[in-house]
Amino acid sequence: MATTQFKESVDKALHNANLTGALGRFSEAYAVARKKAYEGIDFEQLRGRIAAIKGYAAEHLDELADQFTKNATARGAKVFRANSPQQVKDYIANLCREKGVKRIVKSKSMATEEIHLNDHLIKQGIQVNETDLGEWIIQLAGQTPSHMVMPAIHMTRDEVAELFSKEVHERLTNDIPRLVKVARKELRGKFLEADMGISGGNMAIAETGTIALVTNEGNARLTTSLPKIHVALVGLEKLVPTWADAAPILVALPKSATSQQLTSYVSFITGPTPNDDGSMKDMHIILMDNKRTEMARDPIFKQALQCIRCASCLNVCPVYRLVGGHVFGHVYTGGIGTILTAWFDELKKSEDIQGLCIQCGNCKQVCPGKIDIPGLILEIRRRLVQEQGQSVAQKAIFSVVNNRKIFHGILRAASLGSKVMAKEGFIRHLPMFLSELSDFRSLPAIAAKPFRDVFDTIKQPSLPKKVAFYAGCLIDFAYPEMGEKLVRIMNKAGYNVTFPKGQTCCGAPARYNGAYEVAAGNATDNINALLDEDVDYVVSACPTCTCALKHEFIEVYESLGQRDKLPKARRLATKTMDFSTLVKQLVDEGKLSFKEGQDLGQITYHDSCHLKRTLHAEKEPRELLTEAGYQITEMFECDMCCGMGGSYSLKFPEISKPILTRKLSNIKASGAPAVAMDCPGCVMQIRGGFDKDGTKIAVKHTVELLADRLK
Amino acid sequence: MFDLFKTKAEAVNAEVHRFPGKQEALAFIKETFKTEGIADASKSAVWVDCPFLEGVDKDELAKAFPGLSFNVTRDSAEKAHIGVTQMHWGIANTGTLVQNSTAAHERLASMLPWIHLAIVGTDKILPDMPSLMETVHPKDAAYIALISGPSRTADIERVLTIGVHGPERLIIVCIDDLGGNN
Repeated sequence: MATTQFKESVDKALHNANLTGALGRFSEAYAVARKKAYEGIDFEQLRGRIAAIKGYAAEHLDELADQFTKNATARGAKVFRANSPQQVKDYIANLCREKGVKRIVKSKSMATEEIHLNDHLIKQGIQVNETDLGEWIIQLAGQTPSHMVMPAIHMTRDEVAELFSKEVHERLTNDIPRLVKVARKELRGKFLEADMGISGGNMAIAETGTIALVTNEGNARLTTSLPKIHVALVGLEKLVPTWADAAPILVALPKSATSQQLTSYVSFITGPTPNDDGSMKDMHIILMDNKRTEMARDPIFKQALQCIRCASCLNVCPVYRLVGGHVFGHVYTGGIGTILTAWFDELKKSEDIQGLCIQCGNCKQVCPGKIDIPGLILEIRRRLVQEQGQSVAQKAIFSVVNNRKIFHGILRAASLGSKVMAKEGFIRHLPMFLSELSDFRSLPAIAAKPFRDVFDTIKQPSLPKKVAFYAGCLIDFAYPEMGEKLVRIMNKAGYNVTFPKGQTCCGAPARYNGAYEVAAGNATDNINALLDEDVDYVVSACPTCTCALKHEFIEVYESLGQRDKLPKARRLATKTMDFSTLVKQLVDEGKLSFKEGQDLGQITYHDSCHLKRTLHAEKEPRELLTEAGYQITEMFECDMCCGMGGSYSLKFPEISKPILTRKLSNIKASGAPAVAMDCPGCVMQIRGGFDKDGTKIAVKHTVELLADRLK
Repeated sequence: MFDLFKTKAEAVNAEVHRFPGKQEALAFIKETFKTEGIADASKSAVWVDCPFLEGVDKDELAKAFPGLSFNVTRDSAEKAHIGVTQMHWGIANTGTLVQNSTAAHERLASMLPWIHLAIVGTDKILPDMPSLMETVHPKDAAYIALISGPSRTADIERVLTIGVHGPERLIIVCIDDLGGNN
């Protein structure tokens, strides 16, 4: 469970209107601008290339570092390889002492943030000035960056005016261009008098010994040009093999970071250059390891070294845009930040922040380094559980989930208990200790008769072919009517539906909480049940369950080394299809057809995370609904998470709620009287949200909308 | 290629002008000096020696524009309102200028003044970043500078503001027949 202190910092962030307002507006604008920036570019191909370049580099860090050192040294730079943050700090402090450095200007560098370099140098009596405007603001405010690319995004113009006024001893208004001019004037003086410039490096090119710097303000140019000493601190993961390799990274970085075609300035520096007085620059390059080679040796986490630090994973994250960067700790933020913190700091430091990930997969979709960020966060979860064990409460819950008979027995009992509290299919009031969890949405009543009992009463004609239906807990115990409709549709297509009773929870809750042994137990029960009888397809109307059957059973066995179970898991995977994809296929095969001349009015469609980003089914449900007679009116951010995330909405109701609120208002703004989706979890969240706020918008699973429209 | 370059450069707030030859370009630059107050020495300009200046009477120019200096130092560049440099290449699909800036005064003149006036041969515009990587190599240049538009920031409330640490105007003078080498 999250610590109180962490929960407090999340709460504080959620109540910071400046922060959530600025981040919310930014993320909305970013998604649109990013798309435009990549127009005409094959993003998959581009990121495939970047992943290949950076993946190769991660596997050859030592070799590339040697090559870089040799080539940069040949050009006159002094290259120092540092294993620990302390070595870096000592090297720079010694250099300052030796050269009598009193004043330093810095251009933006996450690596220096990582090791808290400024503190160290200031303690030695050296004046250190950040020159990136955002970093300078943060420095004056005595804060830490809340975003990797826009460090001061959480601050208002009034706050900046206040800070600058103090700094220049002049009452300044909140006029932004004027504030920027003040910063220019103030920092220009610092540049001109600095003895040393410290930069980071966006790339270190091994073949040529070149450091690449990417900026918009021009401060990196000044930092590397005006002072007579230049120190570049570069993490080992910034190494790329060749000069030509720099091109794809430069194509992607500005587009992914700030939706720009290119930043205003890019500098390629290869060894020292003459100063303006004719002397030669004293150039030092520090290649910093700090656990990067250890990371490179980890078969799963090595891919995190493919990061190019664009921060697009932050910009598209439904959680980050609510809580901002500060809850992530002091340096790296957001999805990739969680992973970097777990490594560069320590695994335990990521214990709280890893829980923030709702596993929607937005970041994985946009990552130019092709990093499976949500997958790596799950792996952190798994290792935490491995290292520390599960909490007692979690253990109790999962021991229940792992025993189908007890689990289903409890759900049946809950149905009796909740009947008193349910009205029109919603639980209006939960027992006190749970009330906080549902104050923003109504929860469905547990069905009086679960689908597994209803199924036996459904009369099916005798048909030549067979599909097995995997209901998943929500359809089985909360929405059995969805299951009934599915059976009717399959019958129309010429398939009898079987419902193997041995099926149980898909294991997603356990897996998302790092309890892989429990998930593997679920997988085995389900595989045995679903492969018991020979069927053409296994169909599920829950995308999360479908992903489990299709992908995650395999991943869980692989992760636990249970290779003997893989063949059966693969067999199940190839048979499994999500509802809309299967129905679309049956329509295309002529096995199903729609009634003609239906005009069913407008509807908007909500893409469920797993359906769109793991199963890649976004066209199928839309085409089916259109063929049925609906007119689709797209909502803004149709593929943004609804905030459900399974048990996430119970762990972080305070985050789930605002995510849902945004979703509800986007649905309303579409003007459609109904919203369709393919996930019973999303139905639960969104239907519950509208029930709570009293809006009369029909919330339906696609299966419910199609059943009566087919011949 | 030029049209794409112009569109992309203007999209990042650069001002793009095209001239058939040096004479027309020089006339434009003089006009700019006049407009910006270099003629009466109320403001100053620095101009880095470059192939464009071959055959141009620098003494006469300096006489006509008392604020103009061809001696680029840290001080003169810092005080200058305009810095003139000749760039080596352009990149069309990003509207970028590229220069071998190994010599410090190339950087001083293009980053310290308020206005950077950049001269480039129209025929030196390359299609994209990969073609630049094929054209220029660090073995020939210790400091390669890419410039796309004026200096910018969005660090305060994400409001785009032009001219933070570098120039607030980038005037690009493209010349079709520049003559001679880069």
